Amino acid sequence: MLALLWKDLQIEFRTKETLASLLMLGLLTLLILSFAFDPMSELRGEAAPAVLWVALIFAGVLGINRSFLTERENECLQGVLLCPVDRGSIYLAKVVGNVIFMVTAQLIVGPIFVFFFNLPLSWALARLIPIVLLGLIGFAAVGSLFAAISVRTRAREVMLPLLLLPMVVPVLIGGVKASARVLAGKALGDVSQWLNLLLGFDALFLVVGWLVFEYAVEE
Amino acid sequence: MAAAAIETRGLTRNFGGVPALRGVDFTLAPGEAVALFGPNGAGKSTLLRLCATLLRPSSGSVKIFGADGGSGNPQVRRRTGFLSHQSFLYPDLTPMENLSFYARMFGVADPPHRVHDVIEQVGLVGWANRPVRTLSRGLEQRCALARALLHEPDLLLLDEPFTGLDVNASAILRAVLDTAHRRGAALVMTTHDVAQGLASCRRAVILARGKLVWDGAVASEARDEFERRLLAVMQQPPRAAA
Repeated sequence: MLALLWKDLQIEFRTKETLASLLMLGLLTLLILSFAFDPMSELRGEAAPAVLWVALIFAGVLGINRSFLTERENECLQGVLLCPVDRGSIYLAKVVGNVIFMVTAQLIVGPIFVFFFNLPLSWALARLIPIVLLGLIGFAAVGSLFAAISVRTRAREVMLPLLLLPMVVPVLIGGVKASARVLAGKALGDVSQWLNLLLGFDALFLVVGWLVFEYAVEE
Repeated sequence: MAAAAIETRGLTRNFGGVPALRGVDFTLAPGEAVALFGPNGAGKSTLLRLCATLLRPSSGSVKIFGADGGSGNPQVRRRTGFLSHQSFLYPDLTPMENLSFYARMFGVADPPHRVHDVIEQVGLVGWANRPVRTLSRGLEQRCALARALLHEPDLLLLDEPFTGLDVNASAILRAVLDTAHRRGAALVMTTHDVAQGLASCRRAVILARGKLVWDGAVASEARDEFERRLLAVMQQPPRAAA
């Protein structure tokens, strides 16, 4: 699994394609949506969690799609499938890689989000970190599985969002609700039901993905 | 008695209801070399992909060194090297990086040393640190061969290995295959070039329309019969999709 992860990082260091597309789409989404609200309006603060998650999810779809396109060139995924490793661990390596790329992009997009939406610098922002992390893990768990299926289809750019977005509705609801309450000053303990939803979703899809990845990549 | 390198019984594989292989019975002894002939669409690549565990049979069985190859068994994959039409190499990585990655994936002992060895063996020393994307088709094919040989497999599956190679590279490939064969590796090679195929293998198999139609040693007395059958098969009209 570490060899696979290192290979993905090596390719990304060289091409910077996944990070660049994650950053560009994330920043563009934030910029466009920030113009929709009056800078002095209270609505701007209320809409901030939803905008954050829309930016995360849109950029994430693009990043996850790209991570499997590198496996498509020269049929490299077939080469990996020939290796005597458990195919579930190939899936887990992809999930970890995608989470690393999305978190890295968030390190840049996050501060810009705070600036655009004029959010006060407080502990509430730190409390967003576990929520975003849990959401991204769940998103990558489902996304890596569906990207493996859609990458071999002709309409892969359309197919992935079509398969993925309905499946990650619980992540979106849990993420937006928990983020909104935390930004309103609530403690993490007050949003435990949403955190439990995200945790349960992550655990469920990591296990399902690990079990069915072998069949998802079969011809 | 040692288990056969490959043993298929009634091996059938369909793609969307169209049969690519139809009830193939085929056995290959450890250390044996066989050339697989047949027109396009005969099922040669499908047979190799089934033996490499990249495909599951629709029916029938495939055993590799006695182990079930139909279930993607990691032990089967550890003993098998597969050279396909595609190189399975990451274009943005160099041959050195690609081979180091695959060496770690196959659990090769002392990967740097082994990678250096195979790079030298296939004559890629001058290109080892250039991205695969910048290599010619022939050089990429040599690197793909190095990938297939990296873990010293007991069974080599080669799908048209001479495609895209110049005279020098073909000679290197033949030498590398001879070395692997002398080491005791069994070898299955698909090719359209009768001379190349029979230079490396004493046994030949002809597949036509998903069925095995000829299987035997190509000694001088059988050579005429083999060539007659192959010519007849090649002149058949292509199979229409069902």
